[in-house]
Amino acid sequence: MCQVDEEYNGQLEHRVTPRVSKKCVKCKENTAVLIIRAGDAFCRGCFKEYFIHKFRAMLGKNRVIFPGEKVLLAVSGGPASSSMLSQVQEGLSRDAPKKLRFVPGIIYIDEGGASGQSMEERERAVAQLESVFRATNYHYHIVHLEQVLSLPSSVLEAGSSATEKPQTGSSYKAAVDQFIQTKKNQHPDFSVENAQSHLSSLSMQKVENGVTSPITPEHTQALQRLFASVRTLTAKEDLLYTLRQHLILHTARTQGYTKVMMGDSCSRLAIKLLSNISLGRGASLATDTGFSDPRYGDVVIVRPMRDYSSKEIAYYNRMFDIPSVFIPGLDTKAQDKASIQHLTESFVTKLQTDFPSTVSTIYRTSEKLHTACPPQNTNTQPFAKCLLCVCALDTKLEEFSAYQATLISEQLSQRRGPVSSASQGQCCSSGGGQHQGCMTGEGGCCSSAKSTVDLKSLLCYSCRLTIKDMVNALPQYILSEAERRKRRSQMREEISEFLLDEEEDEAIPRVNGSL
Amino acid sequence: MAAPIAIHLEFGGGAELLFGSVKEHHVTLPNQSEPWDMKQLLVWIRGNMLKERPELFVQGDTVRPGILVLINDADWELMGELEYELQDKDNVVFISTLHGG
Repeated sequence: MCQVDEEYNGQLEHRVTPRVSKKCVKCKENTAVLIIRAGDAFCRGCFKEYFIHKFRAMLGKNRVIFPGEKVLLAVSGGPASSSMLSQVQEGLSRDAPKKLRFVPGIIYIDEGGASGQSMEERERAVAQLESVFRATNYHYHIVHLEQVLSLPSSVLEAGSSATEKPQTGSSYKAAVDQFIQTKKNQHPDFSVENAQSHLSSLSMQKVENGVTSPITPEHTQALQRLFASVRTLTAKEDLLYTLRQHLILHTARTQGYTKVMMGDSCSRLAIKLLSNISLGRGASLATDTGFSDPRYGDVVIVRPMRDYSSKEIAYYNRMFDIPSVFIPGLDTKAQDKASIQHLTESFVTKLQTDFPSTVSTIYRTSEKLHTACPPQNTNTQPFAKCLLCVCALDTKLEEFSAYQATLISEQLSQRRGPVSSASQGQCCSSGGGQHQGCMTGEGGCCSSAKSTVDLKSLLCYSCRLTIKDMVNALPQYILSEAERRKRRSQMREEISEFLLDEEEDEAIPRVNGSL
Repeated sequence: MAAPIAIHLEFGGGAELLFGSVKEHHVTLPNQSEPWDMKQLLVWIRGNMLKERPELFVQGDTVRPGILVLINDADWELMGELEYELQDKDNVVFISTLHGG
């Protein structure tokens, strides 16, 4: 076969395209209408069953949703999240014995202010989506991205988880019991009162099951200024993602939702995996692309659509008339190389056409990623987490680490300009003395040089890159939370001599915080 | 075929942005001696309908990766992809999967 002078001219063929109509591989009776996963042809009925079954299997395999729990569905209007919405409707309405049992709510975030849409276009899109949401009879919340400017700084704190994470199937039952107990213990009206008092203390007014207060053009302009101060499209997309997560988290917390379902499909997660590595978020890959994301503590983010390729979702939506609204985003009609995320998307998509197992291979690799230490460590100080993305800080300056190498090359390549804010890396690592000088001003003072120094040490590597050029324009809640953390860490340094180490004798009670 | 063919085209998932945000188009392909196939249809669309940025829709001979094609509600891979011969009153749908959601 493989001899030296053998010729392969006639034998290498392009993938054979069938001319005769194929039969479904599952029921073997009906004509196939769709090919999935490079070779399996399904008929309409079998495809529908397969699609629905996959959703319930995904929820059943990873048992994190408790019956009766309030779950927030993050719907962007796109095909994957609209499909997720219809699957939830399907799962909740079934008369089958294994009906899904949780209480869904919907959130839609209007990002038109950041992507430069006009008010009429945004209102039109919102109206279309509202009609879709009303047809589902679930509570829905429409939140504008401009509201991120008036969020309270408490949104950046990781809350404690309400229940212990269930490790195996048997303790899932225990976790469910515990969850039901906690719900009973909480006075049913108390939680509503709590929410109400929260709501009244906020500057935004949220209307239950409806649209929030109208957005003024000043808000939109402030948001546009924020995004205009970020230079690269990569950083803009990253910032948009972070702000969106904060808004969703805030809504979930104030409205009492303990789980959030995101509609990331398999293809989208594969692209996210690769682009996150390029962005410097390799340390948090497992939580960013895994099924459940527990980094916020009290609200767990769940991705039930992660097994569906975008082809399957598009076909299902088309065949079974799932309404979805196309809303242009930041990178619509952008050049291929406009941002890292966009470039990765076109790379993976192109590779997928010639090698149809690309996406599933990447997906399977991401399934194998686990965090080494438990992410929910109640002893972790709150400021060991990144300020923006709430993942564990990965920028401790160790001897001979890759991170130290990047800092050194940055210092070497910068010209020796004015010392104040140019040499940012040095300012950070010089330690206590500089900080003391910077922080003697009252909180609330945020001149550019000081803020640059303060924020950098509170952020993970990739968040630092994102806000490299735009410190002044950050929303107030981020800046005030940063100030608070700086004061706490300074105080901690001051009294560090009086704090007993945790490894010392357990008989001695731990002294915490102020004496 | 000698007679002109009437085709119903639909664009979804964001692809309609390249066609003036109009999702449905009824077109009549002019006479020609050989039967129309998908490859020629793409060339025709590129020349006559695409308002802007052709590289976002067509790449070389075929559609850009990430754009799904359905012919009469069936996957075009089952119909022969580019070699499929168009019939009168066929329904061809182009769905872009590049905007997630």
